[in-house]
Amino acid sequence: MTNAWTDIKNTDLVIVMGGNAAEAHPCGFKWVTEAKAHRGAKLIVVDPRYTRTASVADYYAPIRPGSDIAFLMGAIRWCMENDKVHWDYVRAFTNASFLVREDFGWSDGLFTGYDEEKRDFDKSSWDYQIGEDGFALRDPTLEDPRCVWQMLKKHVDVYTPDFVENITGTPRDKFLTVCQMIGETSAPDRTMTSMYALGWTQHSKGAQNIRGMAMLQLILGNIGVRGGGMNALRGHSNIQGLTDIGLMSNLIPGYLNIPTEKEPDWETYLSTRSFKPLQPGQTSYWQNYPKFMVSFLKAMWGDAATAENDWAYEYLPKLDVPAYDILRMFELMNHDRVNLYFCQGFNPMLSIPNREKVTRGLSRLKMLVVMDPLSTETSHFWQNHGAHNDVDTASIQTEVLELPTTCFAEDEGALVNSGRWLQWHWPGATPPGEAKYDTWIMAQIFLRVRELYRQEGGAFPDPILNLTWNYADPEEPSPAELAREMNGRALADLTDPATGAPVLQAGQQVSSFGQLRDDGTTMAGCWIYAGSWTEDGNMMARRDNSDPDDTGMFLNWAFAWPANRRILYNRASADLQGKPWDPSRKLIEWNGERWVGYDIPDIAPTAPPDVVGPFIMNQEGVSRLFSRGMMRDGPFPTHMEPFESPMANVFNPRMRGNPVARMFESDAGRLGSSDEFPFVATSYRLTEHFHYWTKHNPVNAALQPEFFVEISEELAAERGIAKGGRVRVWSKRGQVWAKAVVTKRIRPMTCDGKIVHVVGIPLHWGFMGAAKKGWGPNSLTPFVGDANVDTPEFKAFLVNIEPAAEEPVA
Amino acid sequence: MKDIATAPTTAASNPPVQPTEAYYNAGDIVRISATRNVPAPERQLTKLAKLIDVSKCIGCKACQSACIEWNQTHPDVEENVGVYENPHDLTPNMFTLMRFSEWVNPETDDLEWLIRKDGCMHCEDPGCLTACPAPGAIVQYSNGIVDFVQENCIGCGYCLTGCPFNIPRISQVDHKSYKCTLCSDRIAVGQGPACAKACPTQAIVFGTKDDMKAHAAERIEDLKSRGYENAGLYDPAGVGGTHVMYVLHHADKPQIYNDLEEDPRISPIVEGWKGVTKTAGLAVIGLAAIGATLHGLFARGNEVEEHDEQAADTLVKGRDPDDGPHHGGQV
Repeated sequence: MTNAWTDIKNTDLVIVMGGNAAEAHPCGFKWVTEAKAHRGAKLIVVDPRYTRTASVADYYAPIRPGSDIAFLMGAIRWCMENDKVHWDYVRAFTNASFLVREDFGWSDGLFTGYDEEKRDFDKSSWDYQIGEDGFALRDPTLEDPRCVWQMLKKHVDVYTPDFVENITGTPRDKFLTVCQMIGETSAPDRTMTSMYALGWTQHSKGAQNIRGMAMLQLILGNIGVRGGGMNALRGHSNIQGLTDIGLMSNLIPGYLNIPTEKEPDWETYLSTRSFKPLQPGQTSYWQNYPKFMVSFLKAMWGDAATAENDWAYEYLPKLDVPAYDILRMFELMNHDRVNLYFCQGFNPMLSIPNREKVTRGLSRLKMLVVMDPLSTETSHFWQNHGAHNDVDTASIQTEVLELPTTCFAEDEGALVNSGRWLQWHWPGATPPGEAKYDTWIMAQIFLRVRELYRQEGGAFPDPILNLTWNYADPEEPSPAELAREMNGRALADLTDPATGAPVLQAGQQVSSFGQLRDDGTTMAGCWIYAGSWTEDGNMMARRDNSDPDDTGMFLNWAFAWPANRRILYNRASADLQGKPWDPSRKLIEWNGERWVGYDIPDIAPTAPPDVVGPFIMNQEGVSRLFSRGMMRDGPFPTHMEPFESPMANVFNPRMRGNPVARMFESDAGRLGSSDEFPFVATSYRLTEHFHYWTKHNPVNAALQPEFFVEISEELAAERGIAKGGRVRVWSKRGQVWAKAVVTKRIRPMTCDGKIVHVVGIPLHWGFMGAAKKGWGPNSLTPFVGDANVDTPEFKAFLVNIEPAAEEPVA
Repeated sequence: MKDIATAPTTAASNPPVQPTEAYYNAGDIVRISATRNVPAPERQLTKLAKLIDVSKCIGCKACQSACIEWNQTHPDVEENVGVYENPHDLTPNMFTLMRFSEWVNPETDDLEWLIRKDGCMHCEDPGCLTACPAPGAIVQYSNGIVDFVQENCIGCGYCLTGCPFNIPRISQVDHKSYKCTLCSDRIAVGQGPACAKACPTQAIVFGTKDDMKAHAAERIEDLKSRGYENAGLYDPAGVGGTHVMYVLHHADKPQIYNDLEEDPRISPIVEGWKGVTKTAGLAVIGLAAIGATLHGLFARGNEVEEHDEQAADTLVKGRDPDDGPHHGGQV
């Protein structure tokens, strides 16, 4: 989230598209009801299904799964054409005026530089024209045909209301009503919040879906303001924390990068990370990258990380591929390239696409370790459960170790919520049976592995032997010790380089990442968490819910990264003189000398409003309507069909899915076509359950007991399916049996002259737990992920369906 | 000495954490099933109400879950029969149930998914209590709560016959009748009902009936501003008003909310049915535990005579099956 859950009450308009907040985030959704109650806010839902969120919406519009980019580009076109643009904001705070290179272009659904062999773009033309002074060229009048604004106008020109209706299936009048409601928020005193979740991420172009709405929000001037923003509703408690502390295979804590093979040494690694400003006077905060990186390396290897050995840079692994994401890991398992797999709080048997392939992969391991509070399908993948898990147990040689762990209610630590709040919590119960803290288990493994390296040496023991492990009880690091380590501390007495005044004594906790140094005198495990545990104590444990003037900021409640800031880019809430765009929604303002207000300014406190741009993490100082080469699949979002779609890409019928999404050879043959699989399927959650956990709980199991799929009355009639009857649903990858919920909440759509039926497949059932045995959508979904972040395409794929008279038999 | 709990004004406020004595007790009972001449209580408690705002409800079933947890019931893991209602009906183990109906508004042709939390309405004139032949099995407090006292229940099912909303359910295990208690045990110590506490959108709120009506008026104004011209409060006069009320977007058509009764009344047969109220009067109800007290006083009254059975039979058979909701209670 750019903003916070509590800030949603400040909005005038909520658009839920690519998510289902009432259903999947019912507690957070209370802030939507607050906005409706206190500001008369309206709620729009755009979704293939009439969801529980739609049931309390002011306006609902249907959309074909996987066609969101066309809708969003159409909305941008409509706003440009109808002057629903926050002009002052666009001119000053976006890159609308920046000139794009002459050799950049788009045709046939592809941007310049496409290489079909490599399935990749040469992105060199996707950039600004750079002047002799090293700064990007601009045209403040926005009239130059090569300026971003004109390029965008040209790019979205094709997305007329008729085009949108044809692609998305959203009736033209409904699309236009949504555009009008959205367009109203271009006024400086009106705003809109975008609430989205996996309905946008789980596509082969998920990141571009989100880009599309972010661009729309920038054009409307809705980023950085109270009640605005791009608000990703994180799907798991603490999944935000997971991304923050670098559990992605290509990241290390604080969104720093694991080096690649092309960066064998420290100098090369830093050479592409100088982040020089592209406009005069801009902050370009990532220029501090070396400070965060050195502090991280000092946290990892302490005295073994020195200036002489480049802070032990050689200890870091160097990636030979962009990422070892889950899809790649299971592909490698299938090629016998993985011997041992640790599954910690993760149930791939239900959460990774193409379950048949997942089972095959797990069956080829030598050993699988599952750390989980529950007995999962993954730890029982080898067990035959009839049709629900029809495996030949005797042929599976994988040794499986099931290590019972505590659950969140039994341990202590911080959970990071969608709004980036680190909220400390305390155990509410004693762990049952033999359940152990994850930290204890991992410490035990580490200490034993280190001992083996100590005794036997090995190819490269240094990173293991030198790892910092200074915990009071080495067998079990405490949550407080780990949190203090992530915050960081001074390793020597620090003085202010300008004044010489003392800042911190050696051993003291840093109070902000501004104190971190690149000379080895500080350490911090996760720079963005600096300030969470200072010399004043545990900031995450603060529970002061005072909120002056009811702004929703709650600055003394817990801690929000970065720097306890509650709304990112909040400098953009004020105009070029530093006055709030909307006085009734004041956030920060320039008092002539410094920025003051209700939130921690997202800019240097004394940076003059007419000089320093609000988007300080960008080299330009402004936000990007044109994202240069930052994304693999284009500097603007362009309509792409899902890999399995009922229609060809209208721009380029030869193009299947996202042209740069990675596709493994073995999976290319496992894609279905619409003549064999005529119906569009999509997956989702239900309120009664949380993922695959709560089916273990008899209460949740009673409230939603059995796997079902949802279809329209029209499709039911066409296929002779009765309400409550049993059906078989199959795709190119597998088949499932389910009960049929026949509903008016899903209606057929017309796209490209064809009737499109949608089959809704909720994801909460498996073969373990208290609920009735069932399946999940992953038995059916394709093994393909987003081009930028590899999130699997769970939200749009093809299936077929028929009535099934009997219980399935193995 | 322990503190005495104060009456809750809203379910959203945090309840007290220190142990407190109940602020009302058996002395506040105003009506007792099959019992005449209940002595007038010394005081009149403030009337309470739970307000269910159907227009804010997201159908998440947190209320059902909280109800199960608080009352420690054990509903069965059933099947899916093609709908979202689970369990499929109110049961002796499920005192409240989200009922979902897909309604296409004939004026706009737009779908509306109407989700109503069903359960005991706590009528001011409770048909169940009027019909009940078992002395002390059903009581009503002066704050409006209608409570079943299972120790005195004989499992005859007349309460269901008398209920205009088809709510009570008889357990096949212990042959007692069960329904929502309005969390009388929580309310007595200053806490709101469990369902209201759990409701994430505050579609369920709880407080004095006056406060709830005032809150409803604000909500209705908001709904009218959003185009729901017939938004209104459901507090049916036919049963003297209820202590569970609904805000409906279409108050002119309560039947579209899964057959909510348009004008609920106690059947005249039950009203005129004197046979079961012949038991001798009551002296004084002490402050001892309500169940034990009532059981001791009325142990001799647990008999249903033949003409009672006949009257009940007439009632059940005489009811037009198309007349309203009959969700197949386990009578």
